[in-house]
Amino acid sequence: MSLWSRILNAVRGERLDREIEEELQSHLDEAIASGRDPREAHRAFGSALHARETSHGIRAAGWLESLLADLRFGWRQLCRNKITSAAAVLSLALGIGSCVGAFRLIDALLWRPLPVAGSSRLYFLSRKLIGPEGKPIQDGYWSTPDFKVMSDAAKNQADLIAISDADRTDITWSSDDDVEKAHIVYVSGNMFPLFGLQPALGRLFFPADDRGTGLAPYAVLSWDYWNQRFGRDPQVLGRPLHIGDQTFEIIGVGPHDFTGTEKGTVTDIFLPLGMNSLATREGVTWHHTFLMLKPGVNPASALEPLRQHLSAVSHAFEAQCSTCFRGVPQRTIDRLLNKTLVFDPAGAGISDLQKEYRRFLGVLGLLAALVLLIACVNVANMMTAQAAARAHEMALRISIGAGRRRLVQLILCQSALLALLASTFGGLFAVWSAPFVLSLVNPPDNPARLALPADWRVLLFGFGLMVLVVLMLGLLPALRASSVRPVAALKGGEDPHSPRRLMRGAIALQVAFCCLVLFLSSLFVASFQRLENRPLGFSTDRLLLLETVAGKGQLPAVWNQTAEALRAAPGVDSVAVSGWPLLGRIRINSDVSINGAPPSPTPAWFLNVSPGWLSTMKIPVVAGRDFGPQDTSPGEAIVNETFVNTYFPGQDPIGRTFSRGADQPANKIVGVTPDTPYGDLRAPSRPVFYVPLDEIDADSAPGPVRFGTFVIHTESQNPIALADTFRRLIAERHNGLRVSNVTTQLDVVRDQTIRERLIAMLAAFFAAVALLLAGIGLYGVLNYSVLQRRREIGIRMAIGSSRTGIVRILTWDIFLTIGLGAAAGIALGFGASRYVESLFYQVKATDADMLALPACALLVTSLLATLPAVLRALRTDPTEILRAE
Amino acid sequence: MARTDSLQGSLDLLVLKILSRRPRLHGYAIMAAIASTSGEVLRAEEGSLYPALYRMEEAGWIRAEWIKKDSGRRARIYELTAAGKKQLGEEESRWQSVSLAINRVLREA
Repeated sequence: MSLWSRILNAVRGERLDREIEEELQSHLDEAIASGRDPREAHRAFGSALHARETSHGIRAAGWLESLLADLRFGWRQLCRNKITSAAAVLSLALGIGSCVGAFRLIDALLWRPLPVAGSSRLYFLSRKLIGPEGKPIQDGYWSTPDFKVMSDAAKNQADLIAISDADRTDITWSSDDDVEKAHIVYVSGNMFPLFGLQPALGRLFFPADDRGTGLAPYAVLSWDYWNQRFGRDPQVLGRPLHIGDQTFEIIGVGPHDFTGTEKGTVTDIFLPLGMNSLATREGVTWHHTFLMLKPGVNPASALEPLRQHLSAVSHAFEAQCSTCFRGVPQRTIDRLLNKTLVFDPAGAGISDLQKEYRRFLGVLGLLAALVLLIACVNVANMMTAQAAARAHEMALRISIGAGRRRLVQLILCQSALLALLASTFGGLFAVWSAPFVLSLVNPPDNPARLALPADWRVLLFGFGLMVLVVLMLGLLPALRASSVRPVAALKGGEDPHSPRRLMRGAIALQVAFCCLVLFLSSLFVASFQRLENRPLGFSTDRLLLLETVAGKGQLPAVWNQTAEALRAAPGVDSVAVSGWPLLGRIRINSDVSINGAPPSPTPAWFLNVSPGWLSTMKIPVVAGRDFGPQDTSPGEAIVNETFVNTYFPGQDPIGRTFSRGADQPANKIVGVTPDTPYGDLRAPSRPVFYVPLDEIDADSAPGPVRFGTFVIHTESQNPIALADTFRRLIAERHNGLRVSNVTTQLDVVRDQTIRERLIAMLAAFFAAVALLLAGIGLYGVLNYSVLQRRREIGIRMAIGSSRTGIVRILTWDIFLTIGLGAAAGIALGFGASRYVESLFYQVKATDADMLALPACALLVTSLLATLPAVLRALRTDPTEILRAE
Repeated sequence: MARTDSLQGSLDLLVLKILSRRPRLHGYAIMAAIASTSGEVLRAEEGSLYPALYRMEEAGWIRAEWIKKDSGRRARIYELTAAGKKQLGEEESRWQSVSLAINRVLREA
């Protein structure tokens, strides 16, 4: 109570003084009324001022009072230079907001532990091996039988948990027409109990749900999905859910904050592992395996033996597996079996998004931090200039007895005010920016989703950042101000160059940071541009893609009739069918065997296409012909030039044959096309072959086609506008075909460059901000320097110095500073670019034009920033200056 | 400069004692009460009375309140808190033991 009342009294100091005054006055009145001599009574009190001071000191917290006074004074200082202060606050806010925003993303995606029990004991199992292209790869997928063998082997020390990827799947809740998409994850029954998760409704899976294939047709909804899709309706329990030809019963809803282990994707529905038909297949690796150490097992001593044990068990399983390597050449088997088991801590979850965006987020954080640093240097410079202008005042304060501590406090108060204001605005910016950047991360139809809570982790980071900013801003000016020697300052100034030297150092620092940001940005922007302008080999213009499914499959004839119907629709130029879109999410490779020889070590990639697909995609045929309606698979094939160069180097491929495995039927090459990117825009050209959509079995009977993509070249510029018409047209035919996804080829290609686009956009934004801030900083320093050297300039002019001479004096060392800073920045850039090389596409840090761009931008900015100050200096009227002296 | 105070160390005790007997007094009344009950021997100086009152108020031994007097002016009156009562007990016993000790010394000498 007492401290509180003292704090309260400190805040309302004037009222306190009035109260004390009133009480003493009433005392005097009383004394005089009771007959004391007024003068004697006054004298008995001593000095009224002294009495009040003493009383005030007792009743109010002095330190707080002085702090408040300093804050008030700091506020008035900020208000005096409204525009400068607003610019300072805004630039700091942008820096702080960007940093906090970047931290929120980094923390949420990479660091924040999953909301499960024992997340620190959770590990991810993967295997390192040499990939088909001879490069080391890490394989994180396991087959269910292998998983079970390992679970048994580990059960004394750890539990193994199987969790599949969150696949975006077609599901239906009621009638067949009502297809929706949901992220489905298959999990082993021990996941929920081991993670210590409690149902929000109904029950979750337990180990008994793993009892056998197809025996537990149950589904658990995630809380998020239950909330969004069903509005938290408790009646959802018992509802049937149809996926393909399976029906599941909803038995429960998961806990509130658990969205699965795949950071960046929110799981909608959990299904038991055994319900996936792949769960019995020994040779199909399809889910991830997590390992949770039992409580009390020491990871330091137990992990390595466990890893070796499991590695041996899994190796033995695969070596014995009869179905795993059917028809695979021995060399490939040796390569596949030669792998190392790796445990990675997985407390923060595991996802492709993490892998893909780790570097990206590192860059984002770096750019944000650099912008904050530049902003800090700017504001510190501003404060140094102000402090220099106040050197007189500081000296006066010291000479009339202000403690140096108090002076430091005065300046720190001002920087704290700035930082506090900036943090408030920056916080708002971070509230908006983190979800905004996240929303741009994945294709719009399947956005990345992450919980971005503003909890103590974020607040702590923000607070730490604020303290750092206060120190960076205030410490230097504060120490400088407190070391003022009053005698010298009052006599007319100390060494007038010292604040300028300090500011020049700051400018060099700022230019270095700015140059680093510019350099990295130009690399990212160039990467993105080169990727965007990469020759595709096909046209994306006016191409609508209808990804279509057909349940258990329909004969090619049905697909062709549907294509015919689409062709007849108004606004359609041409229609073709392919197995899946080029550059989409599906990529399938195949062995290639020439003349019955064992398959070559390099696989080729393939796509089923209908006749006319090549012309619809505007892919030319450089030799041979396109498919005709009579062509089948196996039977005929069209290959790309890399395929020819890989398997038939220096030969005419037309008429030659290859098969998709040693004992597979042969395909005759009927045509050759130029290379087009197949699955990844960034990857070098791969061997690709096209086979007809019409697949026949050994008896030449046509087989059913389960899914395909109608590629429609429309007459209209905006193909997506026709999508609903086509969708209806297909639905009306009631032939079992159903459109599951609509997109355009342009969007499919664009989705390939999302990360590059995002980083180029953000980098360009940060570069612009950095350049602007550096320009402002430069302008401020030069302007200050001209103002301070007015006397000198006047004298120089009076004794006949030429204008060029004046300009040289003013700008020579600034440009030297800029040059030094830029060199340092470029050197830093070389270092930093090595770390992010994996994000570049066909650019190198050493490319001359990558250096030219930042250098030019910097030069132009510095010229613009120095111009006003130089003009001002040249306008100096020597007579006026000298008269004023 | 703090003046030497004839009541050094014992002013708190006197104020607390007065307030324990007669609650709700203002500063002048406390001073008057000290003077009259001590037979005009002890005098609390205004310059030290008020600081002492504020100090004790901050320590939570007494609490203050503004009241309106008949004359229309406001007066700040003080009364003992529970903590003040305890403090009074302690101060009293300390005073007793000190004065006992001093008396003993005086007798011996």
